Amino acid sequence: MSENILEVKDLVKHYPVTQGVVFKKTVGQVKAVDGVSFGLRAGETLGVVGESGCGKSTLARVLMNLEKPTEGSVLYKGQDISKLSGGGLRRLRRQIQLVMQDPYTSLNPRMTVGDLLGEPFEIHPEVAPKGSRRAKVRELLDLVGLNPEHINRYPHQFSGGQRQRIGIARALALRPEIIVCDEPVSALDVSIQAQVMNLLEQLQGEFGLSYVFIAHDLSVVRHLSDRVAVMYLGKIVEIGTEDEIYERPTHPYTQALLSAVPVPDPTQRNNKTIIRLTGDVPSPISPPSGCRFRTRCWKAQDVCAEQVPLLEIRRDSDHPSACHFAEKREIVATHEV
Amino acid sequence: MSDILVSEQSAPGPGGSGRPSGRLLEVDDLRVEFRTRDGVAKVINGVTYHVDAGETLAVLGESGSGKSVTAQTIMGILDTPPGFVTGGQVRFHGKDMLRMSDEERRRIRGEGIAMIFQDALSALNPVFTVGFQIAEQFRVRRGMGRAEAKKRAIDMLDQVKIPNAKGRFNNYPHQFSGGMRQRAMIAMSLALDPEVLIADEPTTALDVTVQAQIMDLLAELQRERQMGMILITHDLGVVADVADRIAVMYAGRIVEEADVYELYAKPAHPYTLGLIDSIPRLDEKGQQLRTIKGLPPNLMNIPPGCPFNPRCPMAQPVCREKVPPLLQVGPARASACHFAEELVNRV
Repeated sequence: MSENILEVKDLVKHYPVTQGVVFKKTVGQVKAVDGVSFGLRAGETLGVVGESGCGKSTLARVLMNLEKPTEGSVLYKGQDISKLSGGGLRRLRRQIQLVMQDPYTSLNPRMTVGDLLGEPFEIHPEVAPKGSRRAKVRELLDLVGLNPEHINRYPHQFSGGQRQRIGIARALALRPEIIVCDEPVSALDVSIQAQVMNLLEQLQGEFGLSYVFIAHDLSVVRHLSDRVAVMYLGKIVEIGTEDEIYERPTHPYTQALLSAVPVPDPTQRNNKTIIRLTGDVPSPISPPSGCRFRTRCWKAQDVCAEQVPLLEIRRDSDHPSACHFAEKREIVATHEV
Repeated sequence: MSDILVSEQSAPGPGGSGRPSGRLLEVDDLRVEFRTRDGVAKVINGVTYHVDAGETLAVLGESGSGKSVTAQTIMGILDTPPGFVTGGQVRFHGKDMLRMSDEERRRIRGEGIAMIFQDALSALNPVFTVGFQIAEQFRVRRGMGRAEAKKRAIDMLDQVKIPNAKGRFNNYPHQFSGGMRQRAMIAMSLALDPEVLIADEPTTALDVTVQAQIMDLLAELQRERQMGMILITHDLGVVADVADRIAVMYAGRIVEEADVYELYAKPAHPYTLGLIDSIPRLDEKGQQLRTIKGLPPNLMNIPPGCPFNPRCPMAQPVCREKVPPLLQVGPARASACHFAEELVNRV
């Protein structure tokens, strides 16, 4: 595949925790994203998985330049996006768009679909001159599988799946190169979820889009992604191709996560061993020293508390894994149709 | 139209309708409608299922299929208005709960049938400690004193594996994590040792690793106590792991009922088949997902004939005219499709 279109380098996003009303003092930092690096290649889908609180949505916000990173940088074709402002930022926004999780709250209920989808063109008039906007909107509706006749309807007249299609159409309006999808299908019913996933795939083929696909559902991520990054407490613990992560995971957290996913096949009930993690994810305000996963890890040794394991290729791992003891392990009974 | 429905749907399924039969809990031809300003929504249109001691029945369906409303009706916590039961029975040990006095029903709740909900944070009272809310049941229902109730409550927290149960007794719900809240709610619902536990999407709000913990816990407690469990969910993965039998709901009806192995191996209803085909699987890298076209019906305006016919790839003219009854298609399995035989017998 070709060059990295988006490059994330040592990205850190901390939120201050304050106390007091008038004289606010900072008493701590929520380390939402704490040193994340990866590259996104043109035309590929990078899946980001992790449990709630691991920082995947914060990552999306920083990628969209909705939040300024505390440290580190996000480079779009070599350009640091957090340093942009004014016209430069506006031009960048054309290229990176966002699809949000909740199709019920991300659409303004008082705007018709025509207005919602026409709005991007008002901000970027160079994409579609005034006269052609209605036609453009109809084209977009058709593209995402909605009836162009419904251009004057309001969001509440659509079902959840249809609304998510509107959200996708809006992200597509400016023909971006990158779309960041933050849990785009998790609010949808099973039968609708498949429709939206197929749509995303089809659009990618048609327009050569690159996706950053953020989700907690590992099966959904596997289905759509070329490469996958697994996050835990603000850090990427393992990154690799879809095959490397799902067939040959080497980080204990990835292994536990994968083993816990229920497989919709009752005959596999006794064929798989679930790695049971005890306890909950620690607070991101004071993450454990060394490896952040060590408090729940069955392999933890003294070294795990002392040294932060780097995300790198290791002796028993053919792809980057942030574990001192990275190694393969048979987990899910796979490939039986 | 409603006349046709009554006669068609009351045909006996494998659950068996009719006389008291020694079954623990039976829902028989239940009908519920919601009377709203915009019209009457027929939310449940003749649901029949049963659960016996020690077994897990999974009720599978998408949003709006009526799976939660059925559970609310069983518990007697249906919001009336707008919800009204318009027909059918809910029998517990053969006695129709819908015709009992409030007092009798209250006695069954908690001791006979208990329920846990999806969102533990809103199901727990935020201004009382978790311990108090569990102990309260022992004091009110068992007439225990404060100290003894507390001891029993701590014991319950221990059973659901909350670490440091004694210290946690005086915590408020917001001090618990999501998984622990769910555990606390399980402790609360099991405090009076119910015979049937209804779990309404118990793990939907939780992360996978925590979900696995909670499902394990539920399975273990069920085995120990030989409870009957009704697991309401939309997650085909969770169902495959824990259920004994499955009832699939669509537009307020049971469209298929079967043993868990048979259902996944050979669905006897095109809706079930579509659902199974449309989920991405962790252990397979698929190409295009097969989808069910269209949308679930508007419950105020359910299409005539089979409610699934506008979305069904197998639909024939007969499907638009006649509501298919839930009929037996094999030992202990039933399907409400005119072409169920063809589906089951296909190679």
